[in-house]
Amino acid sequence: MKNSIDAPYGAPDKVRKICLRYANRGSDLIEVLHDVQAVLGFVDETTQKEIAEALNITRAEVHGVISFYDDFRSEAAPGTIVRVCRGEACQSMGAENLLPVAEELTKGRPRIGVEAVYCLGNCALAPAVTVGGTLHGRVEKDHLVAIVEHAALADEASE
Amino acid sequence: MRTRIFVPGDSGAVSVGADRVAAAFIELAKTGDKKIDLVRTGSRGMYWLEPLVEVETPEGRLAYGPVTAQDVASVWEATLTGDTGHSLCLGLVDKIEFLKKQNRVMFSRLGIIDPLNIDDYQAHGGLEGLKKALSTSPDDIVEAVAESGLRGRGGAGFPAGIKWRTVAAQDAAEQKYICCNADEGDSGTFADRMLMEGDPFLLLEGMIIAGLAVGATHGLIYVRSEYPAATKSLKMAIDILRDAGWLGETVGGSKHAFDITVRRGAGSYVCGEESAMLESLEGKRGEVRAKPPIPAISGLFGQPTLVHNVLTLASVPTILADGAGAYKALGTGRSRGTQAFQLAGNVKHGGLVEVAFGLTIRELIEDFGGGTASGKPFKCAQLGGPLGAYVDEGMLDLPMDYEALAGAGAMLGHGGIVVFDENTDMAEMARFAFEFCAIESCGKCTPCRIGAVRGRELMDKLIAGKDIDSCLTLIKDLCEVMEEGSMCAMGGLTPLPVKSAIKLFPADFGLAPDGVMKEGANARAQAT
Ligand SMILES: Cc1cc2nc3c(=O)[nH]c(=O)nc-3n(C[C@H](O)[C@H](O)[C@H](O)COP(=O)(O)O)c2cc1C
Ligand code: FES
Repeated sequence: MKNSIDAPYGAPDKVRKICLRYANRGSDLIEVLHDVQAVLGFVDETTQKEIAEALNITRAEVHGVISFYDDFRSEAAPGTIVRVCRGEACQSMGAENLLPVAEELTKGRPRIGVEAVYCLGNCALAPAVTVGGTLHGRVEKDHLVAIVEHAALADEASE
Repeated sequence: MRTRIFVPGDSGAVSVGADRVAAAFIELAKTGDKKIDLVRTGSRGMYWLEPLVEVETPEGRLAYGPVTAQDVASVWEATLTGDTGHSLCLGLVDKIEFLKKQNRVMFSRLGIIDPLNIDDYQAHGGLEGLKKALSTSPDDIVEAVAESGLRGRGGAGFPAGIKWRTVAAQDAAEQKYICCNADEGDSGTFADRMLMEGDPFLLLEGMIIAGLAVGATHGLIYVRSEYPAATKSLKMAIDILRDAGWLGETVGGSKHAFDITVRRGAGSYVCGEESAMLESLEGKRGEVRAKPPIPAISGLFGQPTLVHNVLTLASVPTILADGAGAYKALGTGRSRGTQAFQLAGNVKHGGLVEVAFGLTIRELIEDFGGGTASGKPFKCAQLGGPLGAYVDEGMLDLPMDYEALAGAGAMLGHGGIVVFDENTDMAEMARFAFEFCAIESCGKCTPCRIGAVRGRELMDKLIAGKDIDSCLTLIKDLCEVMEEGSMCAMGGLTPLPVKSAIKLFPADFGLAPDGVMKEGANARAQAT
């Protein structure tokens, strides 16, 4: 269960194992956070404390890093995340019209989340979006709706 | 006889269905007695044709594109019968103008080899540079790089040789590092990604050579988290090179040790700035460091560090293999060698163009790019990413080299060219430049952190048609403060797109063509 409100049972154990994978090096904090988030879905306060202890750094340092980087979250994330690219190349191909379409899809559906991102490295196939981590290029409105609905269906089925 | 079929595994190609095409070929191979060997390659960089399928024939590779899973059966049928009349058939891939006109040095293997097959890599010239490097002295490697005229491809265009000499000279250091900047955050750029996914050994080879030259034993690659496929491909390539004896305790049986670690970014644009990247590699917030000291003297963990972009390092093996002279013979003025230009945005033929420096912007956008994708008239292009200037029709005959562009108030940056058609409102683009800076600023210095927010507010006001002249005066002042007072180019260059947009397209800002305020001052509001 990725998105429960509290960290799942057995989380401390998993966190310690991940830290150990990086030999408890504080300089590997960002790698640790990526791995922890991949397993737990987010990095809550309890988990932050465990990471700080394992890596022998302060909780403030862990918190500071989480708040600086867009990738990290301290709260549960929606099951399907739609990331619409707002980079200049995507804007030149109408990306600004995709964002409202994506936002419309989230209405009354808390399990779908929309985020703006700034370049996915797919600028020759603009506009680009990712849905549930999968990259799509040359995305048109209808196409976006179809991909999101498809991903949301799979997410709801897995719940 | 078995037929080899090539389908890109490049994430751009996959984003438009290359995996589905590959799966369809695998399905097809299961039926009857079809003898198909499917090879996943990097992309050729002709993205408008992706998914681009290539079929090996005695004459060469026959290209089809863009192919969907539904087309697979008919493409295979055409291959069997030798019928080149298939509606998706593009003829021999090497004869396609877009590729034929290029001079591929860094990207010579892209789309041709299996990226993780080291025999393929060596059969196409791979590891030649490293072998040469092992047979010469570190000083000679450094001098070859200096002699080649290679400059940093990450944006600033600083001569690589000077950096290499500086790091090499730090005799007292207990540890030196090679840090590869693979943060590639600029909109309109994807060459680093293509190379890391499609020919990862080349980058690793360049890093090993750099390590031998400056006396570093540890390399790190900072890959943005938006590039999971590149991370995966690099990690696998590192394992393969280690198993083959080119990485680890000894590099190819020599007395030199060198190893490489891949590290992920976490969604921050400013972490592409080298000192912010070093902070991030140390596990910290990506805040820019004050300079001096320069990283070459005190970089990662305070040790001498050679920081280079992916493409700078990927140019090194060729310089060693073919000689500095051959590399230097390409290009123009002080811009030597080849540059990977990336055509993006509203352009018909988007993709990668590697050519010697000196082509004009027009040749890139019109001859290679085929004009706008929408078919509407061209309005402008932004060169060098979100911190780069806009250029209009009148500037298209400028040659693409560092000095010529700088002389015209523009910059080459990482080689990205984003094309816009006439529907673009440059006031909106100027507003976006400030907004982007406000979102991505690391927050360490005030001109960037606060200036960007104020700039966006002023643009909002101007777009609403309020007090246009006072807005523009304030924006001008603000730009000066950001340029003069910011700690790095994030805040320091944000004014570049803004000022170029105002200068080239005054009407979009409510000004008359000569830049003078129109009667009534809010012509913009009246027009909209
Ligand atoms: C805001 C900002 C973002 C940058 N992003 C990148 C980047 O993504 N990749 C890169 O190679 N250089 C980037 N740079 C340039 C680096 O600071 C540095 O000049 C470069 O990595 C040096 O390598 P080179 O000599 O090979 O160009 C950026 C600079 C700034 C100010
Ligand atoms: S700008 Fe959208 S993918 Fe690069």
